[in-house]
Amino acid sequence: MDNTLAPPTRKVVLGIQEPSDFDAPELPTEPLPLNMGPSHPAMHGTVRMVLEVEGEKISSADVQIGYLHRCFEKESEYATWTQIFPYTDRLNYISPMLNNVGYAMAVEKLMGIAALIPERAQYIRVIVGEISRMTDHMTCLGASAMELGAFTPFLYMLKAREWLFELLEEVCGARLTVSYLRIGGCAWDLPVGFADKLRNILDRTKDVLVDVSKLLDRNRIFRDRLDGIGIITQADCLQYGITGPVGRSTGLAYDVRKDAPYLVYDRFDFDVPVGSLGDNFDRYAVRVEEIKQSMRILEQALDQIPAGPYVINDPRIILPPKSETYNSIEAMIAHFKIIMDGIHVPAGEVYSYSEAGNGELGFYLVSDGTGRPWKCRVRPPCFASTSILPKLLEGLFIADIVPTFGLINMIGGECDR
Amino acid sequence: MSQNVLDRVKGQFTAGELLETGSQHGDEWARVRRDAWVTVATFLRDDPATKMEMFIDLTVVDRFSSEPRFDVVLHLYSVSLKHRVRLYAGAPEEDPSVDTLCPVWAGANWFEREAYDLYGVRFKGHPDLRRILMYPEFVGHPLRKDYPKEKRQPLVRRQPNSVD
Amino acid sequence: MGLDFYTGKLADAVNWARKFSLFSYPFVTACCGMEYMSVAAPKYDIARFGAEFPRFSPRQADLLIIVGTITERQGPALRRIYDQMCEPKWVIAFGVCASTGGFYQNYSTMPGCDQVIPVDVYIPGCPPRPEQVLDALILLQERIQRGEGHSQVQLKVESGHYDVPTTAIRPRTAHLPGGESGGKAPEGAG
Repeated sequence: MDNTLAPPTRKVVLGIQEPSDFDAPELPTEPLPLNMGPSHPAMHGTVRMVLEVEGEKISSADVQIGYLHRCFEKESEYATWTQIFPYTDRLNYISPMLNNVGYAMAVEKLMGIAALIPERAQYIRVIVGEISRMTDHMTCLGASAMELGAFTPFLYMLKAREWLFELLEEVCGARLTVSYLRIGGCAWDLPVGFADKLRNILDRTKDVLVDVSKLLDRNRIFRDRLDGIGIITQADCLQYGITGPVGRSTGLAYDVRKDAPYLVYDRFDFDVPVGSLGDNFDRYAVRVEEIKQSMRILEQALDQIPAGPYVINDPRIILPPKSETYNSIEAMIAHFKIIMDGIHVPAGEVYSYSEAGNGELGFYLVSDGTGRPWKCRVRPPCFASTSILPKLLEGLFIADIVPTFGLINMIGGECDR
Repeated sequence: MSQNVLDRVKGQFTAGELLETGSQHGDEWARVRRDAWVTVATFLRDDPATKMEMFIDLTVVDRFSSEPRFDVVLHLYSVSLKHRVRLYAGAPEEDPSVDTLCPVWAGANWFEREAYDLYGVRFKGHPDLRRILMYPEFVGHPLRKDYPKEKRQPLVRRQPNSVD
Repeated sequence: MGLDFYTGKLADAVNWARKFSLFSYPFVTACCGMEYMSVAAPKYDIARFGAEFPRFSPRQADLLIIVGTITERQGPALRRIYDQMCEPKWVIAFGVCASTGGFYQNYSTMPGCDQVIPVDVYIPGCPPRPEQVLDALILLQERIQRGEGHSQVQLKVESGHYDVPTTAIRPRTAHLPGGESGGKAPEGAG
């Protein structure tokens, strides 16, 4: 029997559909400018894409960012070194601890005290950093799945994320914008019972991940929309500076935690998932695997964390304890000077980098010796990932923008700062 | 740890393209003459001893009271050899411009647009030099030290005392 | 009992229906969007209040929730979205950035979204806890029931209930020129 009525096979590479499969004459088309405006349902920050489409295929895409430019650099030039922590929370706002870690490390490198941070503080930084990485990937995957119509995995991921938020609230008082770290260590110690609660959450999260993978991994609709779409090559990653899950999905095995270990990451046994094709599905799979590896790191860190001070013991950097501040004039003056003038960071420049949820998060600090920075630049990983979008979207269908943009994980707070 | 990069660059460029090198807090840096910007960067990318294939960051520092006023700062990384370097190129206030690195690394496109937008440094030869974070109607370059932090240039405002 | 009694009861019934079936348009920009997701998630379920499903087109929505920081660049788009909604419509400013600009006082952040659109309920917090959001939703529902939302008041004025000329309370929005003179009131205002 003649099979001319069967739907055409969709070409895997670039999703181009050949009209000859239909055996029909091509209809005349005009390029149409289409605006995917700054507010659109894909709940991934605000970005405007001015597309030129021919039928459903995009011939050119102009990705316009900057709708969330909140002047991180300008504000940090007017704030003391410690006052910048709340601004860093709001950079990549779904993994705020990782930004705090990156910034604290940068200032400590500039001050030359990086080796003096107590071990317990380093373990705490690793633990809260990996919790943030988990929330980052869970939100990205949940939101991307929801945009494709899979609402249930979104609710499951949010359920798991809610447990982690409650735990972070016990640690530092805030669910999302934490400002938990300080220069020299942490603001305060982990609460009693933290380890048991976290282990409990990790067990429950494993079940959630199993449920989500049952719903999505072999789902025909999900795979068809993700497989082979939006392929990035390793050469592209080097040219554009793309790191993180997007970079590793192309096969580029670069992870700051392994290649230049910082804090105590060299004491943990964990793998770094690396993809092969660089399409949307690889980015999804790399993130799922990274959540599992983060859980592995967390379990090891909870076993290894030592007792001890949680902050460096240097009166020029940390505030004196409140009992002294209220009772002795020297402590009160020290408190006053640290708050009003800021911590005195010696003049110099430094570039410090760490592995954030989206890749290499760099802080380039320029200090003039006072308590306020001369320049505090963030090197945003998703700025680099988003800069490849105009090239990546050419030739795709309009419907392919949704998973591609979602899995690049452009966070407006980080990309636009 | 990246001292070999600096040694290689110092050996290759002897005609005064390299103004100064140094190392601070474990970061190796080199100051390059403005007109040799692209040649040094291309050399670092292609030379088998340095192989800095990955473009990391490009930004500008406004020194304000010292000459040259603007320092274009480039960070590079080698994935294969695992070393880093920072390059500086000074641009004076009267002519804040530097050659574009887009032919060397395609990713420099957006970073240079941001440097132009926020500091006013022009990149000669850039395919599409327009504002990226601020809107086209904005006047001035906000991250310069002489732009006041709270000077807004609003596009839309409600009338005072209006219900709508 | 005059006609007013029956129309009063009808208005109450209509407002009751409106408050429990809000179609929200979440104008999500920043970090508060994560807390908005948490409010919509199973634990702090906003579906209990009838405001569950977001309508992703302003033409089909009646509650505009502005979630997160509004920048000056975003202003015209926000105004256009507000204008596209049908009356009666309500606005919630979610988070302190949308209310007053938060701790961002700089050249790019609009000091609150009420610079371009009228707001009915402001939710402070950075980000506000989901319970605060639900409290704000209940406050809004009470306002809707009493008929005191900005848009409802305007409709009453336009249909002649109040003795105030419409032009006095509904002037058009001014599109200011950008440039060096930003921040000054336009000439002839006030």
